[in-house]
Amino acid sequence: MVSESWYVALSAVLFTIGVVGVVVRRNPLVMFMSIELMLNAANLAFVAFGHRAGSADGQVVVLFVMAVAAAEVAVGLAIIVTVFRVRRRLSVDDLSLMRW
Amino acid sequence: MAWVGFVTIAALAVASALGLVLKRNAIHGALFLVVNLGAVAALYLTLGAEFLAAVQVIVYAGAIMVLFVFAIMVLIPGKEETGLDPRRGWRLVAPPVGALLALQLLLVVRAGLAPAAPAAAVPGGVEPIARLLFTRYLFPFELTSVLLLAAMVGVLLLARRRS
Repeated sequence: MVSESWYVALSAVLFTIGVVGVVVRRNPLVMFMSIELMLNAANLAFVAFGHRAGSADGQVVVLFVMAVAAAEVAVGLAIIVTVFRVRRRLSVDDLSLMRW
Repeated sequence: MAWVGFVTIAALAVASALGLVLKRNAIHGALFLVVNLGAVAALYLTLGAEFLAAVQVIVYAGAIMVLFVFAIMVLIPGKEETGLDPRRGWRLVAPPVGALLALQLLLVVRAGLAPAAPAAAVPGGVEPIARLLFTRYLFPFELTSVLLLAAMVGVLLLARRRS
C-alpha cells in the first residue's frame, strides 16, 4: 500500500500547476480549467486524509466540492459567454470591469 | 506492485496537467483535463473510494467537461493568445514563484504526515457516504440544493437575450 503522504504530495504538485495556469494563461476558459485542476487536487487530498483517518467524511466533503464546482462552472461559463457576446474578445486583460 | 500503479497514474496526472497549462489550444487543454480527471478517478479507486471514482467520471469528466467543450465551441477561441502580451514580464515571474509554492507545500507534507499507522480500511461504497450525508451532513446537503437552484436561475438570467 502506497502511503497517503504521496497522494497529498501529488495533490500539492497538481495544485501548484493549477495556480501557475491561472496566472500564466490569458484565455479565461483555460483559467477556469486550471481552477478545476486546483479543486481536483484539493479533492484528492481530502480523500487521502479520509483514507488515513479511516472515515468516510473526506469523501462526503469531496461530494460537496463537486456540487459547488458544477454550480461554479455553470455560472462562470455563462458570465464568460455573456462578456464575449458584448465585447467580441476573449482575453482577461481586457476585462478589468464587471460591468458593460 | 501498488507502487508501479501509483507512479504511472501520478505521472499521467502531472503530465496532463502540464499539457493543460502549456498547450495554446483551449480544446487540447480540455482533452488534457479529461485525462487528468480520469487519472484522479483511478487514484480514488486505489484509495478505496469506488463511489467517488464513479461520480468523478460522471459529473466531472462527463457533465462539467461537456459544458467546457460547449463553451469553447461557442466562443471559437484560438486567436486570443497570439497577440503581444502586455504583461509578459509579470507572467515570466509565475513559474519560479509556482516552484517555490510547490516546494513549500511538499515540505509541509513531509513534516506533517508520518509514514506509519495503517488505519482501518474505509468502506468506499455508497452506504457509509449516504449514512453520513443524511445524518451529520444533512444541513450542508440541503444548502447544496439551494446553491444549485441559485446557480440555475443565475445562468438563465445571464443567458437570456437582451432585447
